[in-house]
Formats: sequence, structure tokens, C-alpha cells
Amino acid sequence: MTKTNDDTAQKTQVTPLDDSPDWTFDLLGQYQQEIARVADFYRLDTYTNQIEVITAEQMMDAYASVGMPIGYSHWTFGKKFIQTEQNYQRGQMGLAYEIVINSSPCISYLMEENTMTMQALVMAHACYGHNSFFKGNYLFKSWTDASSIIDYLLFAKNYIAQCELKYGISDVEATLDACHALMSHGVDRYKRPQKISLDEELKRQSERAEYLQSQVNALWRTVPKKAEKKHEKKNIFPKEPQENLLYFIEKNAPLLKPWQREIVRIVRKISQYFYPQKQTQVMNEGWACFWHYTILNHLYDEGLVTDKFMLEFLHSHTNVVAQPEYNSKYYSGINPYALGFNMFIDLRRICEHPTEEDKEYFPEIAGSNWLDTLHFAMENFKDESFISQYLSPKLMRDFKLFHIHDDSDNNYVEIGAIHNEQGYKKVRHNLANQYNLSNIEVNIQIIDANIDGDRALTLRYTPHNGVELGESKNEVLKHLHYLWHFDVKIVQEMKSGEDKIIASCPQKNKDD
Amino acid sequence: MANFIDRRLNSKNKSTVNRQRFLRRYKNQIKKSVSDAINQRGVTDIDSGENIIIPKQDLSEPIFHQGGGGIKDRVHPGNDQFSPGDKIPRPPKQQGQGAGQGDASDSGEGDDDFTFSISKEEYLNLLFEDLELPNLEKNQLDKMIEYKTVRSGFCAEGVASNIDIVKSLQGSIARRIAMSASKRKKLKQLEQELLVLSHDKHDHIQQERALRLEIETLKSKIAKVPFIDTFDLRFRNYAKQAVPTSKAVMFCLMDVSGSMDQATKEMAKRFYILLYLFLSRTYKNIDVIYIRHHTQAKEVDEHEFFYSQETGGTIASSALELMNDIICERYNDNQWNIYGAQASDGDNWADDSPRCQTILEQQILPKSRYFSYIEITQRAHQTLWKHYQKVEESHSNFAMQHIKSVADIYPVFRELFKKNTQSVA
Repeated sequence: MTKTNDDTAQKTQVTPLDDSPDWTFDLLGQYQQEIARVADFYRLDTYTNQIEVITAEQMMDAYASVGMPIGYSHWTFGKKFIQTEQNYQRGQMGLAYEIVINSSPCISYLMEENTMTMQALVMAHACYGHNSFFKGNYLFKSWTDASSIIDYLLFAKNYIAQCELKYGISDVEATLDACHALMSHGVDRYKRPQKISLDEELKRQSERAEYLQSQVNALWRTVPKKAEKKHEKKNIFPKEPQENLLYFIEKNAPLLKPWQREIVRIVRKISQYFYPQKQTQVMNEGWACFWHYTILNHLYDEGLVTDKFMLEFLHSHTNVVAQPEYNSKYYSGINPYALGFNMFIDLRRICEHPTEEDKEYFPEIAGSNWLDTLHFAMENFKDESFISQYLSPKLMRDFKLFHIHDDSDNNYVEIGAIHNEQGYKKVRHNLANQYNLSNIEVNIQIIDANIDGDRALTLRYTPHNGVELGESKNEVLKHLHYLWHFDVKIVQEMKSGEDKIIASCPQKNKDD
Repeated sequence: MANFIDRRLNSKNKSTVNRQRFLRRYKNQIKKSVSDAINQRGVTDIDSGENIIIPKQDLSEPIFHQGGGGIKDRVHPGNDQFSPGDKIPRPPKQQGQGAGQGDASDSGEGDDDFTFSISKEEYLNLLFEDLELPNLEKNQLDKMIEYKTVRSGFCAEGVASNIDIVKSLQGSIARRIAMSASKRKKLKQLEQELLVLSHDKHDHIQQERALRLEIETLKSKIAKVPFIDTFDLRFRNYAKQAVPTSKAVMFCLMDVSGSMDQATKEMAKRFYILLYLFLSRTYKNIDVIYIRHHTQAKEVDEHEFFYSQETGGTIASSALELMNDIICERYNDNQWNIYGAQASDGDNWADDSPRCQTILEQQILPKSRYFSYIEITQRAHQTLWKHYQKVEESHSNFAMQHIKSVADIYPVFRELFKKNTQSVA
């Protein structure tokens, strides 16, 4: 058991909380109160908690709908539910102990089957760890609006249900399929999105539908006139490449029906809402793990929880933050819980007990107030920048990190750097890059809609480090074509400098 | 700071809609899987749910993702042997890059097909979708012999045990309102007058007394309206409704002469099983009678029917005769729904075929709901087929189909029981 700050935990005679395995609502309340008190002590600022106790089946439901508490109906959620249910029944996976939703009030789910210890862990982890992260981190602050998301999801569910009644399940499903295929390209990466508000959505929705349609019509009405001008100069539309494909479709697809535009918008908004979560997986989980660990240890030091409680807690905790090594059969990449948790623990160590090495690598934070430093780190970084800022040599040694450079031109892979003095910066740099979404996600942008001609849509794929676009491109293009209705194609600049069409829909022969 | 909400009692099966959407979307694949299964799997345990296998690529939801090639830099934990600059031969495909795609596809652990089970109900629904029992409507009315007691409204007379309290009291309230309405109106009016008088400065002793008396009389009259009257009583009414009998008997007739080999019998067996399953969706109790024949017919048990070897010539009429005898003896056609299914390789003693036609037309078909004949052969049709064709032309409850291979069975079965079978009669 690591010790918490000596000055924070004064050992007084207190009666420990009941540590019997079965939980009751009374007991939950008592634990919650203590956890809240400690969280407050560590300056964790949270949204009000709404803690919901649910059954395993409901947990699978929540799983299947990617953590959205209110999801619209779609077959893909059914598929996920079946998968989850099967894996669960076969014992291939345990369910997550909790799911927490970035909303205000912050909704977290506790599973009925958990023991009291687990419920306490989950409350500390989700209701105070994740919750404070949602409220404090700059990405969440500026890109999501926690107070309106539940309303918006409800609106989306109802709207889509209505569309199904009006226009048939098949059409709605096809539209949603197409949107889902492009979902990760429905995000504004640089421009801050407008807040979504239910009232406004409802008020403006019909208005917007009509307006958008008229805009689109107007846009295309100019086509014949322009054609008469004998192509003096080619009109490029959009003027600048557009990377938010769904946004472009919503605003410009000529033959899309108004309700389809609204669905595109819904998917786009939801995608945008989840975008910060994608960027802060390591930090978010690490922060939550750090706090459940710190808070429960604090309670232990105060004598509020018993040894029995702590043993069970540590057992679960250790499982969660375990990092299998690269040659283990359990290895499936770096465990974000492990990395994040250890980085925050390490950060605290650097503040409290800096070594010479730390002072060299982190002159500003070595010896500083750890709580200030941790809060600052949580508030102002995302995974990529967090790692490149705070991953210490000690942690790299502990994890025995090594870097593999894999160039497909060679028939071997090369060890680029390992956890030694020469390699620290390189390993850190590469690990940070591994969490840079713009390296992971495909860079694909709309460059031309050929409004003077056949309205064929051209997209440009810009490879990152020469990595090709995956096989699924033709399938995705079919979905894009469904929304755009006219030809679509993807071009890529070859090494020779000319553009080559790498995929098109309807599919043409490569000679075309 | 925190509210606890107990959601455990919230409606379950929130994802049922999504499951149905899923089944709906993959209906074609699932149907294919179902019909594959019926042709491939063992026949004994067919009366259960089914594992549905859908190729994973059919289910995938495509997104743009990075493919092969180019330069990839990855960081892994647990270095135990590497130094900078080590060159390692590229690991076999996919293995080494697995970690790289870990984020992208948490559901894509392997390239196995997507397998899941559907319930027996869902399975049978898919298996027999768009199929119906022929002639069910047409014959139903003349053959109803069983009665079921069903609720049919209310009546004013009946036995005490059938009193419907709610209906009776509703009647009572209505009657009391109706019988006292005019009196109440009067009463109200009188009370009003009394009030006016009593507020008047002058005394109206005489008048008041008269009014009071009148009010008393009215009140007692109102009170005399009985709370409940025999007139109010309502009794639950029951009627006898004729229902089609839920008993069915299925005759399996099969040629076991030397020309029928085990493979052919297996095909016939599959057909019988399908028929049995199909009937079991409509009828609660089904008797199955197995009749096998070469030159003579014999009623046998299931095992003998399918697996014992016989040799000899073929006289199909013997089986039909036996079937007719059994019907007369044990299965009164007023109480049993009779279905017949005959399987043969088409061989028959030429002189016997007209006789088969006669027995069918005169004896069996009038009593049967449906009689199907399947011919399992690769060769040209013979006399039996030709005579049966004549039967088919004149009888709507007779159908025949030709099966060449195992794969035909399910389609042929569907063909036989297709919805809206055109009625030739």
C-alpha cells in the first residue's frame, strides 16, 4: 500500500464503513459521501452526479449503444448487443464495471452484480475521476456541451423514429449506414462547433430544412447559366478543401431530402460530441484510475475502509492497470489505463520526490506542488501532448518501452530506439505520435464538386508516411455515393507527382 | 452532490428493437444460413434453435482506414532483448501489425464468421416464412367438430357464479341516476326556495313547514330507489365456438424397393421432417404413421422406415390402400386433419399406376387436407408421375414435385406450401 500525503491523512479513531460484500442504497450513500469529501479535499470539481444502478443486461445495452444513454434504433447496435452478450455468456470478457456519460448531471452506471467494494471503486473512478475530467479538460470544455447532450440525444432518437414512420425503415437505415461510414469524417477539428441546444434545434429544424433545400437548389440553378459562359474559368467548389465530409454533404448534396440532411447532421453532432473522448483516452482513464486509487487509499489511511476492502480493491485495481509485455499472449497494444495511471502516479512522484534525472528532464515541475501540477496537466492537455510533455525516463524504463520502425520497403523491421539515454526522446516522440489522431485517422478531403459539369465529387487522400488507404475504400465510397448521388472518386498524388484515381463509385475500369 | 437512481426495474430488452433491426437487415443471409442448415445438419435435433452464421465481411461497417505499406512507427512495452539498430525479419503478415490496429477494431479479433443463435421461434418463422397450409380455410367450416367456450359479451340472465360485478354496479348507478333525476331536480329547487324564505325578513312559517314536508317526502322517495335491483344484474356470457381440431395425422409413404438407396431415403426423410415441423406450428398433436412398401405395404416404426433394407418390385397402390384402411380404422376424418406425403423414385409396376390414381381420387383425397408426392430421381418420369399429373390437374389438395438433389428439398418444400396456392378446383 503506498502511503498518501502524511499531512492529509490524520489517523484518528473512526469506525470503518461496513465492508460486507453486499451493497445497499444506504451503504452506497455513506461511501459516496466519504468519497465526495475526499474528492473535495483534492479539489476535484465535478458536475452533479446521477448514479444509476442497472442490471447486467442493461449494461450490455449501454455497451451496445456506444455509451449513449438514449440511442436511436439501428441494426448496428443490435449486432453489438449480440456480440457483447455472446462474449459475456461464453465468459470471454467481463463487463466493464461502469459506464460514465459526459453530461450534466454526470450519469454513471453501477452494475447490480458488483460488490460494495467495486461500487466504491466505480464511484471514485467514474463519479469523481471521469466526471472531474469532463468538467475540467479543455477539449471537453470547449467542444462539448454537457448540459444539452441528453436532450439532444432524445431529440435525435425521436426524430429518427419519426422519419422511420414517414419514410420507411429501409431508407432511414440506408442513410444512417452511409453516415456511420463517414462518421469519423464528420468532425470539425479546428473550428469550435456551436453548442447544441434542444430548444433551438426544435425551433430551427423545420426552418433549416426548407432553407437548406432552397440553398442547394439555388446553388445548382446557376449551373446552366454558367455553362453558357463557355467555361471562361473553371469554378472550383468548394473553394477550400473540406475535411468534414458530413458537413459538406449536409450543406451541399444536391439531391438529399431535407430529413436526410437532418440525419446527417445528427450523426455529425454525435460524432463531434465523442471526438474529445477519442483524443483523451489515456489521460481520461489515467486520471480516473489515479483518483480511485488515491481516494480509496486516503479513506484507508483515515481508517474508514478495512483491510478486507483494500485487498479486494487492489486486486481489481491491479487487473485494470496491468500492462502485458509485447510477447505476452494477452498483449494487444498499450493499455491506456496502465499508461495513464502510471503517468499520473509518476507525475506526483516527480513533484514530491524528484531525482536528479527528473530535475534535468522536468525542471519546472520537479519539486512543485503535486496537486497543482496534476490539475494543470489534466486541464490543458490531450493524449498526444500529455505524453510528449510528461512521459518520464523512469516510466519508460519501468515499461521497458522500445520503438519499432517499420518501413514496408525493407524486408525487416528495425528497432529505432529503446529505453536508454539516447532513446528516451525518440521513444517519447513516437509514443506521443501514436496518439495523434491526425496520424491515425485517414486524411481525406473533398477538393472539388465539379459544379460546372457532371457534379462528380473528387476527394483527395493524402497519405501519412506513405501508408496506403485501406481496402474498405470502395465500400465507403458507395455510401458516399448514396448521399451525393453523383459520381465520386478519390485521388492520390503518386510519387511521380501526378494524381491517380485510387477508388471511384460507380466503379470504373482502371484505364478510365 | 449525488443522486442514486435504481434503474434495475426499468423495462428490459431495450435493445430488442435493435435486435429485430439486425435480423431484418440480415434476413437474406440468415435465411440462406437457415436453408443451408436444413440441408446439411443432422436431422434428429432439427426441432431446436439454430446457430446462424454470417460471413464477417457481410456485416462489416466500412470506414476509411489506413492500409498497408509506408512507414509505421510503433512503441511497444516489455523490451527484453532488443538494442537500437537491431534488424528483425518481418514477422508473418498481420501478426506484427496487430497492435497497430488495436485501436481501430476492438471487435475484429479474428476473421471468424459472425455466429449467433436465434430462438426456435425465430428459426421456424424464418424457415417457414411465406408458407401456409393449403386448404385450411376452405375445409375448416364443414369439419369443425371441437368446441371451445369463449367469452361473448354479457347477458341479463345467468347463474350467480357468472355475475360480473363491475358491469352490474355500472347498471345500478345508471338506473339510480335515471330513476331519481327528476326528484333530485325538484329537491334542489325546493331547497333553494327554502333558503330564500329563511333569509327573508318576514316569517313564512306555514310555507316553510310545507316546503320542509315536501323535501322530506322527496328525500325518502330518493332513498327508496333500491341500491341494486335484479334488473341491474349482468352475467358473463359464454358461447361455444367451433374450432378446427388441433389433431393431425401425417402419413409418410415411402417406396423401399431395391431401387431406393439410402441417399434417396435421406432426402425423403428431410422432406418428412420439414413437413412435420411445419405441421407442428399449426397443430398441437400430430400422429405420424410410417408406411413403407415394395410389393406389399406395411406400417412400421420410424427407425425401420428409414433404415431397414428391402428388395423387390414396386406396387405403390398397396401403400395407398393401407393408408386408406388406417384412416377408416383409426383416424376419422371428422376429427383428424389428414396429411399425406409420398416419396418414391418413380418406379412402379406400370399396371398399378392407374389404380393408384383411382384410390387417391376416390378414397384418400376427399378425406385429406393435403397430399404431396415427391419424386426423387435423376431419371425420366415414369407412369406413376403421369397418372399423378392427372390427379394434380383435378384436385387442389394434391401437389407433386420433383427432387433431384438434397439442395432441392427446401426450395421444393417452399414451392409446395407457397402462400396462395392457386386453387385448381
